[in-house]
Amino acid sequence: MASSKKANILIRKGRVIDPANGRDEVADLLIENGRLVRIGASLDAPGADIVDAEGHWVLPGLVDACVHLSLPGSGRSGDIASETRAAAAGGITHLVAQPDCGPVDSTAVVRLIREQAGQAGFARIMPIAAMTQGLAGDQLAEMATLAKAGCIAVGNAGRKVASALVLKRSLEYASTFDLPVMFRPQDSALSAGGCAHEGAVATRLGLPGIPAVAESVDLSRDLLLVEATGVRAHFQQISSADSLRLLRAAKRRGLPVTADVSIQHLLLDESALEGFNSHCHVIPPLRSAADREALLEAVADGTIDAICSQHTPIGSSSKAAPFPATKPGMAGLDTLLGLVLQLVDDGKLALPRALDAVTAAPARCLGILAGQLETGRPASLCVLDASAEKDYAEHWLSAGNNSPWRRAVLKGNVKLTVCQGKVSWLTD
Amino acid sequence: MTLAPSSRVQLTDDGKLRHFLTTEHLPRSLLEDILDTAASFVDVGGRSIKKVPLLRGKTVVNLFFESSTRTRSTFELAAQRLSADVLNLDIAKSATSKGETLLDTLRNLEAMAADMFVVRHQDSGAPFFIANEVTPDVAVINAGDGRHAHPTQAMLDMYTIRHYKGGFEGLKVAIVGDILHSRVARSQVHALNILGAEEVRLIGPKTLLPVDAQGLGATVFTDMGQGLKDVDVVIMLRLQKERMDSALLPSESEFFRLYGLNNEKLQLAKPDAIVMHPGPINRGVEIASEVADGPRSVILNQVTFGIAVRMAVMSMAISGQESSAQGRTGGERGQ
Repeated sequence: MASSKKANILIRKGRVIDPANGRDEVADLLIENGRLVRIGASLDAPGADIVDAEGHWVLPGLVDACVHLSLPGSGRSGDIASETRAAAAGGITHLVAQPDCGPVDSTAVVRLIREQAGQAGFARIMPIAAMTQGLAGDQLAEMATLAKAGCIAVGNAGRKVASALVLKRSLEYASTFDLPVMFRPQDSALSAGGCAHEGAVATRLGLPGIPAVAESVDLSRDLLLVEATGVRAHFQQISSADSLRLLRAAKRRGLPVTADVSIQHLLLDESALEGFNSHCHVIPPLRSAADREALLEAVADGTIDAICSQHTPIGSSSKAAPFPATKPGMAGLDTLLGLVLQLVDDGKLALPRALDAVTAAPARCLGILAGQLETGRPASLCVLDASAEKDYAEHWLSAGNNSPWRRAVLKGNVKLTVCQGKVSWLTD
Repeated sequence: MTLAPSSRVQLTDDGKLRHFLTTEHLPRSLLEDILDTAASFVDVGGRSIKKVPLLRGKTVVNLFFESSTRTRSTFELAAQRLSADVLNLDIAKSATSKGETLLDTLRNLEAMAADMFVVRHQDSGAPFFIANEVTPDVAVINAGDGRHAHPTQAMLDMYTIRHYKGGFEGLKVAIVGDILHSRVARSQVHALNILGAEEVRLIGPKTLLPVDAQGLGATVFTDMGQGLKDVDVVIMLRLQKERMDSALLPSESEFFRLYGLNNEKLQLAKPDAIVMHPGPINRGVEIASEVADGPRSVILNQVTFGIAVRMAVMSMAISGQESSAQGRTGGERGQ
C-alpha cells in the first residue's frame, strides 16, 4: 500500500514543466497537507520533507486515457493494487479504465473498483461506464446512475453495438447528461478473424488481416452520428492514416471530437511482427510505417490529442501459443513515460507537446481535473530523473510481462510520485 | 549475410538446416543441397528394400493439428524409409480437446525423447513458436501452417521443375487460383526467386489475391490469358468450397470459366509447359480432367518426388541438430 498520509513536501530546484500552463522553469514546489500551495523561487517550509530535485524534472502526474483493469474474471494478470503500483512507478496518477473488466454496468462494480483503488492508494482510477448492458450492444446501460457512482464517460470498449439505431439512441441518451462517449472504431465484419494489419507483412507471414478501412469505415459512421446527436466524443486507439483525414475534417468543422493513440502505435509498425512475435499482437493491429509516421504527425499537430498506454496485462500462457491463437494486448503502464521520452529523444515529438499528450490533453478530452500543476488543489505530480537509465529487466512492476520492452533499458526514472496529495512512489 | 529472424532459427551457427519452417530467406546453396540430396533418395523407392539407415534409432512424431491423410502419409513413409520410429498423433482429436495446451502437449512429447516433430497446424507461425520457444533441440519440420508456409511441398515442386526443365534460369512460372489462402503459393514464390527463376506470376481474382502480393516477389495478373502467356510451368492451386460461402467468389462454374485450366487456356503457355498441382485436385473447378490426365501433367510424379524431398529435409535437419548439439557439449568441455 502507498502512504495514506497527506504529504508535506518541499521539492527544490527542479525543472518544472507544466504544458497546460506554459511553464518550463527551475522552481521550488511546496505541498502542504497534500495540497500544492506554491510554485516559486527559493521557497522555505520548516518541517516539510525536502526533496532535492536539482537536475530533475517536475511534471504533472500523468493521465493515462486507456487502461484495461485487472478485476477477477477479466482474464488479466495482477490486480488493481499491482497494476496501479506499476502506474505510480511510471509517474502516472490518473487512469481512465475501460469498462470491459466486469463489465462496468452496475454501481456495485464501480464501487468495487473505487474501493480497491482507494485501498491500494497508488493511483486514481476513473472508470468508463458500459454504454450498453453487459457491453452486449443491444440495450442501454444505466448511464446516468453509473455517472453518479463515479464514471466519467460511457463507452462500449470496442464491442459491437447491434445497429446504427442502438448507437444513435445511446449517443442521444448520453448527451442528455452531457456524458462524453468513448469510441474504439473497428467494423466487426471487416476485422473478423484478423490478427494483423492487412499489408505486406501479414501477406508474407500468412496472418489473417484487419484492413485499415475496418477502422475508418466505422469511424466515419460514428462521426456522422456524433454530428447528428451533438454528443461529446473521444476516439481511442486510432491506428490508420485514413482515420486521421476524417478526424481532421471533423475537428475543422467544429465537432466536439477528440482522439488518442496508444504509445506502441507510435513506436512500432507491422514489421515488429517478423518472427511471429506475439508480444506485438495488439488490437488495433500495428499498421504500416506510413501509418506510424502519419500518427506521429497527427500527435504533433494536435489532430490526435492524447497518448495512452492501452495497458492490458496478460498471463504468459495466453501469449505462449502460435501468433493468431494468442490474446491481443500489451502491458504498458511501466513504460509509458519512458517511451514518450524516447519519441522526444528521437526527434519525433517536441517535449512540451509530448508531455501535454500524457498529462493535460487527456484530462481535457475527458473533462477531468488533472494533468496540470494547479495551486490550491491536491497535488498530483512526479519527479523524474530524465537522464537516468532504467533497466526494465530488473524494474518491472506490472503482473503482465507481455511487452516487447519487458527487458528494455529506457531513459527516464521516476524518483517520486505524489497522487492526490499522497506519496504513491518513492525511490531512494 | 544477415538473415531475417524467421530464417535464423532454422539454421545452425554454421548455416546447416536444423528446422525446416519456411523457404523464405534461405540461401540458394541450401535449397540446391536439398534438391541434390533428394535426388540420391529417389532411387530408394525403386529398390526391393526401400530403406536407408540414416535415422535409425530416431523418433519422428507426426503432429497433425489439422487432419491431412495425404501429407501425413508421405511424411510417414519418408521417415520409415530413413529407418526412423514413427509416432502419429492426431492432435486435432486428442489432447487439445481435453483442454491441454499446445505447450503442455509438446513438453510431454519432448520428455518422450522425440527427435523430430513434423507439424501441421491451422495457425500461421505455429512451427516457429515450437522451434523458437518450446523445443529448440527437437528438429521441427513444417508440414503446413495456416496460410504461411508449406516448405516441403514447395521443395518437391522445385524438384519436379528441375527434373523436367533442367534448372530455373530463364523460367517463367505461373501460380493460379486462391493465392490469398495458399501457404503452398507463398513457399513456392520464395523458393522460385531464390533458385533464380526469371519470373513468378500470381494469377487470380482480386478477392483471392493478398494485399501487396507483388511484395512476395511476383508479378500479379487478374487475367488468366495474359498471365499464362509464354510460361514454362503452370501450377494450379486447390480451391476450397468454403470460398463461395464467405463471398469471395460467386460460383465454381464462374471460377472455372475464368481461372480453371483447360486445354484451350494451356495453349497460351509455351508448347512444352508442364502442369502441376499440389493436390488433391478438384476436377472441373480449378483444372479440367483433360489437362489433369493429359500429357503435360506431372501431378503424379510430384507425389513420388515428395517422398524423396521429405527424406532429404528430414535427414538434413537431424544431422544439423546433431552437429549443433555436439557444438554445445564441445563448448562445455572447453570451459
